[in-house]
Amino acid sequence: MTDPDHRSEARLYLAGFGLALTLTLIPFGLVHWRLMQGRALAITIAVLAVAQIVVHLRFFLHINLSRQKREDLQLILFTVLLLAIMAFGTLWIMGNLATRM
Amino acid sequence: MSTPNLHPGLNLGTRHGAAHEGAETIVFGFWIFLMSDLVIFGLVFASYLTVANPMGMAGGPGPADAFDLRSVFIQTMILLTSSLTFGFATLAMRHEHGRRAIAVWLGVSLLLGLGFLVMELRDFAHMIEVGAVPQRSGFWSAFWGLVPLHGLHVAIGCLWIVVMLVQMAVLGLIPVVKTRLLRLGLFWHFLDLIWVAIFSIVYLGGLMP
Amino acid sequence: MSNAILGRLDLSSLSIWRAIENPTGSELIGAGAAMLVIVGGLAAVILLTWFRLWKPLWRDWLTSVDHKRIGIMYCALALIMLARGVIEGALMRTQQAFGLHGGFLAPDHFSELFSTHGTIMIFFVAMPFIAGVINYVMPLQIGARDMAFPVMNQISLGLTATGAALVMISLVLGEFSTGGWANYPPYTGGDFQPGPGPDYWIWAIVLAGIGTTLSGINFAVTIYKERAPGMDFLRMPIFCWTVICTSIIMVFALPPLTVAALMLAADRYLDFHFFTNDLGGNMMNYVNLFWLFGHPEVYLLVIPCYGIFSEVISTFSGKRIYGYMSMVYATMSIAVLSFCVWLHHFFTMGQSASINVAFGIASMAIAVPTGIKVYNWMATLFRGRVRMTVPMIYATGFFYLFVVGGLTGVMLANPVISFQVHNTLFLVAHFHNVIIPGVLFGLLAGYHYWFPKAFGFRLHEGWGRAAALLWIAGFSFTFLPLYWLGLQGMPRRSVTFSDPAFQPMMWLALFGAALIVSALGCIAVQLWISIRKRDQLAVPLGDPWNGRSLEWSIPAPPPAYNFAVLPQVCARDDFAEAKADGRAYRAPGQYEDIEMPDNTAIGMIVCVCATLLGLALVFWIWWLAILSFAAMILALIGRTFRVNARHVIPAAEIAAEHRAWLARIEAAPAVDRLEETHERNLGRAVLEQPGRLEAAQ
Repeated sequence: MTDPDHRSEARLYLAGFGLALTLTLIPFGLVHWRLMQGRALAITIAVLAVAQIVVHLRFFLHINLSRQKREDLQLILFTVLLLAIMAFGTLWIMGNLATRM
Repeated sequence: MSTPNLHPGLNLGTRHGAAHEGAETIVFGFWIFLMSDLVIFGLVFASYLTVANPMGMAGGPGPADAFDLRSVFIQTMILLTSSLTFGFATLAMRHEHGRRAIAVWLGVSLLLGLGFLVMELRDFAHMIEVGAVPQRSGFWSAFWGLVPLHGLHVAIGCLWIVVMLVQMAVLGLIPVVKTRLLRLGLFWHFLDLIWVAIFSIVYLGGLMP
Repeated sequence: MSNAILGRLDLSSLSIWRAIENPTGSELIGAGAAMLVIVGGLAAVILLTWFRLWKPLWRDWLTSVDHKRIGIMYCALALIMLARGVIEGALMRTQQAFGLHGGFLAPDHFSELFSTHGTIMIFFVAMPFIAGVINYVMPLQIGARDMAFPVMNQISLGLTATGAALVMISLVLGEFSTGGWANYPPYTGGDFQPGPGPDYWIWAIVLAGIGTTLSGINFAVTIYKERAPGMDFLRMPIFCWTVICTSIIMVFALPPLTVAALMLAADRYLDFHFFTNDLGGNMMNYVNLFWLFGHPEVYLLVIPCYGIFSEVISTFSGKRIYGYMSMVYATMSIAVLSFCVWLHHFFTMGQSASINVAFGIASMAIAVPTGIKVYNWMATLFRGRVRMTVPMIYATGFFYLFVVGGLTGVMLANPVISFQVHNTLFLVAHFHNVIIPGVLFGLLAGYHYWFPKAFGFRLHEGWGRAAALLWIAGFSFTFLPLYWLGLQGMPRRSVTFSDPAFQPMMWLALFGAALIVSALGCIAVQLWISIRKRDQLAVPLGDPWNGRSLEWSIPAPPPAYNFAVLPQVCARDDFAEAKADGRAYRAPGQYEDIEMPDNTAIGMIVCVCATLLGLALVFWIWWLAILSFAAMILALIGRTFRVNARHVIPAAEIAAEHRAWLARIEAAPAVDRLEETHERNLGRAVLEQPGRLEAAQ
């Protein structure tokens, strides 16, 4: 087993950069040229953002699924779980309050 | 694919010896810190969303009155490019291209970070001009609590780069400097990740037709 | 009002001056407390100077990065703050006992008292005490030489001390918040409390909170990365499992508090509108954020105490813990569930019934893993040869009182009942009923249990028993009547009341408070007597209770490097197994040099700078705020230039110390459990496995 050389690793960074760039250009384009609207646009932006976050995690932060040490992935997934509970709980509660005021 | 990694993120590799092994504990600790920071950001985002409505704006200016999509786009490009250049700095360290190569890539990232901050400050100045100040409404309070918090992190990152440039010159590429550069890299990429959420939720979400 | 040099600090900020200008009973009590702080501080300075202790204090304690010394300092801080918290509680009980149509305290003073009492007891008693016990015990139990980040550990302590110092200073300068420990806006906003009170709360909490988050990171990384060879996760003592859960909560539940407090600060200092009444502010979000922290926080407090009780019950029953795996799962599920129930603190805020029901069910669900733990402890006691030492007395009190507290918690988790007893003394009775028997009894049990390990001598048994029984009785007399009063409709946090029917129970509660104060007195006397009689109580060989985990396998007090040779762990309860197999107390083949981190002053620098920063922010002394903040950052950056701050302890020195200790073990008589509270107990226990003992008889 040998470590990959500099060239191939740099290429991975460039690939990540290209993907992230694409995932940035699309939503900016959609909003700038008003190509979509309303709920569909919101969902598209959200999906692209999540995709880009995954790209960043994979190519820049080097988090992946095939690894002996899995503490990193567990830690991130656990954080996402807690954050989801807290953030969605907050939105749920405060949104509900707003509708009842 | 390669030698086993000891910690999340890009590993230095076994040829770095003590620096590689020492990174196992300290980089893991730094990840936990980042996750704690992520919760802070997550809750500020949630608070922002609870007031991103006409009630929260209290009759004051809305996103369309104060945001400048062009400027935000440029900021996004700058930050994304700086992530790439920082990646090259890390690779230069991992593949032992020498202090000079690392310093050059770090310097480029620093300039990009500063450029981002300048652009962001110009945006803020514009917002103050149109009355989108935190004292105006709950919505603008939440905005000014969120976006400048990210800006503050970028500023800290810039200061950290400066400190690391000095340490590389003074201390040389000793193990502890290498693990600090690794952590700084994680921090820098993490900030870009937060920015993805900011431009998607705050700017694109705010300017949606 | 405010000037460039002193900000808004002026003569009337001095509580003593206020008492001179307006000598009412309430002001005089405030001034008396201020005098107590000043005299106490001066006495400490004079004593340190008189006995020439400044240098040892600085060299051996304040600049130490040894997790054991840091742990002891945390506990000392907690005990000092406990004294203030208990006195405040007793003062409130006295006020209310005489509170029919009046009493002797001004309403604002009473509000300050319950605000500081709550803030201190949670943030500066329970949290530092827990951080102290974890710091001391956890690395020893997993077979580590120190925490993963020793210097950061010292900084955490410095920041916690900063918070405590700010709360103490508020007695002398200015006043504390009157908004309760949760400090809800808009009442704590600039419109209603323009004074320095809520600012003290904000900065004490934020600075100490950062320290706690760093501690959480440190504990988690230490357990993940610094375990001795062979110490698998599933071989760790239950206490270490509870530490993992607590550190998860520290890392993830402190951020909401930091966010809420800083947003409140932005409202107060910069005129933001996060939580204001007008211009789109939303004060309900503060309540939401605060309890996102607040509920996990109570589990942060109680989970390690479950761990302490697990260790104590297992050791003093002479048995391994019953249902190890179910304990682990129960602890983990409590930690995760604790993030799903925060809304039960504000059922009455106005959200829909379905949300209330969802959170009500989640809250009741926590009773299930907690119940599993209680049954496991009972099963551990079952057929054990139980010794009723002081920690076991606390454990017994914990059993019967905590279950009552837990059951009233299940009652309160029902939104319908919560609406009825909302904001009454029933609630006060409930949370004291879980926190005192659960957290405080646990910590005091841990204090008794591990004190001999830390100092090399046991605590006096008789005074300890008196203290434990007084705590149990005092708690029962003080807080059980409050359930009744709450059900009768007496609101909490009220300085006075008008219904004479409340009077008898109030007096009963005052009697209970007197018992609690005497319990505190017994603890002080016990410490004094134990120090005086330390030669009779000495247990230098390190295993006074026939312990089961690694911390008992080394001398008391342990050397700075903890283990002469890192242990090779083969089983759960490894030291008990080692004693049974004859593996214990063996000289290793060879010793190696040990590298340990050097002392550093950075924690003290951060502590002093942060305290000045907090004070400057409270009193709007902007130049001092900038200066102290810059000094702190520069010191931290400067510190990073100091590399290789480590020293080596030579193998020969370690070998000599270790062999001398082994020789003393060889020569010492081993005592059986009937004699463990006797002078003959030098810290070497006869191995008594329950089965073998019966066979021998």
